[in-house]
Amino acid sequence: MSARKTLAVLLGSGLLLAGAHVSGAPTATMLADTCAGCHGTDGASTGPATPSIAGMSEIYIVDSMKAFKSGERHSTVMGRIAKGYSEEEFKLMASVFAQQPVATTSQKTDATQVAAGDKLYGSNCEKCHDEKGSLADDDAGILYSQWLPYLQYSMEDFKAGSREMPKKMKKKVDKLSDADIEALLQFFASQQ
Amino acid sequence: MNKINRRNFIKIAGAATAASAIGFPMIAAAAGKKQVVIVGGGTAGATAAKYIRRADASVEVTLIEPNKDYYTCYLSNEVIGGGRKLDSLKFGYDGLRKHGVTVVHDTVTAIDAKGQKVTTQGGKSFSYDRCIVAPGISFVDNIEGYDAAAMEKMPHAWKAGPQTALLRKQLEAMADGGTVLIAPPPNPFRCPPGPYERACQIASYLKTHKPKSKILIVDKKDKFSKQGLFTQAWDRHYKGMIEWVKAVDTGGGVKSVDAKTGTVFTEFEEYKPAVANIIPAQVAGSIAKVAGLTDDSGWCPVTGKTFESTIHKGIHVIGDAAIQAPLPKSGYAANSEAKVVAAAVVDLVNGREPGTPSWVNTCYSIVAPNDGISVAMVYNLVDGKVAKVEGSGGLTPMDSSPEDRAREVQYAYSWFNNITSDIFG
Repeated sequence: MSARKTLAVLLGSGLLLAGAHVSGAPTATMLADTCAGCHGTDGASTGPATPSIAGMSEIYIVDSMKAFKSGERHSTVMGRIAKGYSEEEFKLMASVFAQQPVATTSQKTDATQVAAGDKLYGSNCEKCHDEKGSLADDDAGILYSQWLPYLQYSMEDFKAGSREMPKKMKKKVDKLSDADIEALLQFFASQQ
Repeated sequence: MNKINRRNFIKIAGAATAASAIGFPMIAAAAGKKQVVIVGGGTAGATAAKYIRRADASVEVTLIEPNKDYYTCYLSNEVIGGGRKLDSLKFGYDGLRKHGVTVVHDTVTAIDAKGQKVTTQGGKSFSYDRCIVAPGISFVDNIEGYDAAAMEKMPHAWKAGPQTALLRKQLEAMADGGTVLIAPPPNPFRCPPGPYERACQIASYLKTHKPKSKILIVDKKDKFSKQGLFTQAWDRHYKGMIEWVKAVDTGGGVKSVDAKTGTVFTEFEEYKPAVANIIPAQVAGSIAKVAGLTDDSGWCPVTGKTFESTIHKGIHVIGDAAIQAPLPKSGYAANSEAKVVAAAVVDLVNGREPGTPSWVNTCYSIVAPNDGISVAMVYNLVDGKVAKVEGSGGLTPMDSSPEDRAREVQYAYSWFNNITSDIFG
């Protein structure tokens, strides 16, 4: 029996979920619901600084949580919490948030900066942060309408080396001034 | 879309559950809707109400709460310090109504576990299949002379609302050079870091507006939550302003008060502070005792898995009132417990075995305008009991950078915004 056939049989019989209960693993919803205290119901953060994780890809969330857990990615509290979970549990949580629509925030941004960011976006960010940072197809985070303080903390960490930048991103970031970066962050934050 | 990738797989698995649930033999008979009655509309009760409706909109949820508005205890120390308006802590129940919760403003006077019925002061009675009791705390008469009248002179401000406003008013009226006495309660109590964060918030106000003033903490304990971090903050931001006296040095902390003369007594000393913040010892909210849900400790014993009372079947106790250690008596823990119990109750009324629980707690304390600290922990079920997940959680490092401390303040505000919309939104 092929793997796919086995899966189909399991799904058809409802055994798959019954099995999860017996094995003692919390459900994906049970795990994901604990995140809402800081990241908002269904991962849509009401801000001002904790990021919305709704709509982020599974790969991005799992990779992030692993990096928080190992300390490879700098954090204040997330790393301490990440140490309480297995990679399997990260996958379960991530499966819930990946199914959510990208959240839209309402926050104050500077129109001049947003316009400047808009001009820089196409040539510097769009390739990986497609559709104004709302596309989570691969390992890119959700930047669209993301909380500005979170975006700023992220760039501080990238530049300080306490969070690793993908090579392609580093090439671009190295060429941008601090003012350019701030304009870009304002651009992402302003998306509605 | 022939490929089964991970995302599709989840969707398909979800659909399969829904389909198989229809044919599930243990599903309750369709006769009459399942009823859940929730006693208490604070963090735990309100969260449970919303999350039951989210999980199964066929379950009828009635939430009984005397007050039309709820004031969060969390961030109320900022109101006392003057950095926040009391109104920003106020939440109503319209959000829950939108989720289909029936909200009744009344006081529960009895819970009949055998008859599965809740009775109110207003003369109503509510039948239930499962009852969730989330009454918070009530005070113990452990300080002589600290009666209802004394509370108006020496506010506890440990239930947010008018008491919070009163303590703030007294601080504003106080002359420069006075002493603020804080008397923290013995363990266990609501919000373990709270009294010490409060000292920071008051000191922050006094430092700017009344710099000759002092804070004296006369404790019922010999150690306290986040002690190293608080002591560091006092030294860093409020040097010479805050003195902490442990229980062993005063013969057990504050013994009695004379509210008329404004005097506070320990075994050996008497104090005449300009402002006295007396926080009494605590037990489960009074309805828990009336309903026979408490043990000799005054708190409610529950099972680890579903927080069902070990005294009365069919009743679950959550939030501060429950004996939930190692989970702390905090807002985050109450919210987390409520979600686990909501899922369990939905399973139980549908004839299913409840799933495996998972809990989280994070408590922030804002010790100065740009200095925040936290404690966090993940919990799971081990041998039927709540346990800390080994290697998880812990405190803000003593040597964390000023930038990280400033971020923690912003994360504390984010936590407040997110958790309150998760509960009441």
